[in-house]
Amino acid sequence: MQDVKIHVQEANFDVGDEYRYLADDAKFGAVVTFTGLVRELQSGNLTAMTLEHYPAMTEKALTAIVSEAQERWPLGRVTVIHRVGRLTLNEQIVFVGVASAHRNAAFAAAEFIMDFLKTRAPFWKKEHTNDGEYWVAAKTTDDQAAARWQLQATKD
Amino acid sequence: MIKVLFFAVLRERLGTSEVVVQDFHGSTVSDLIQHLQQRSPKWQQELASQDVLAAVNQQLVSHAHVVEAGSEVAFFPPVTGG
Repeated sequence: MQDVKIHVQEANFDVGDEYRYLADDAKFGAVVTFTGLVRELQSGNLTAMTLEHYPAMTEKALTAIVSEAQERWPLGRVTVIHRVGRLTLNEQIVFVGVASAHRNAAFAAAEFIMDFLKTRAPFWKKEHTNDGEYWVAAKTTDDQAAARWQLQATKD
Repeated sequence: MIKVLFFAVLRERLGTSEVVVQDFHGSTVSDLIQHLQQRSPKWQQELASQDVLAAVNQQLVSHAHVVEAGSEVAFFPPVTGG
């Protein structure tokens, strides 16, 4: 897809560089970016996190999500970066950036992509803590967040 | 022949990331799960959850999806990326 950049990588990324790429087209006056970081647990016990994925499927799943967003909103450049491997506290995990002519589409598409990434893209987080290692459980709130886009589609 | 992959907690609990199924005569993902569950009580238990997600040829599908010979089928827990 033209203007769509999807990267699954161990390396870190630079939000400034990504923003400059998204913003470098005068047809589009709005750029929305989201960055997700490794967050400390309430217990204060987290030492690191490992992200596993299904390599053959990951990029396909992310590409399908971005295609759905492009069908719903008129978008310019779209970038999705997701890191895998071992990450420590406060490191960047995920980046979603969307350019569009106006802000409404850019905000909505960025949120849509994140909501579906959280429920459809094959990534799994394992937390390493002082008490041991635990796979993160999926949240029903994430399913609900993705489901509201379906409801919206049937209303339209 | 069907290549079956496991990820995350399912991979750890089953102690394997990949098996090849030669003698599958069922049709759907559900049938394949039942076939795999016959391997041992542990497999029976780990694959029993309705929460187990399935992908056929790298596409998320329902458990009613038909599995063709030569497919790559993956089973995994609900995803937690982002």
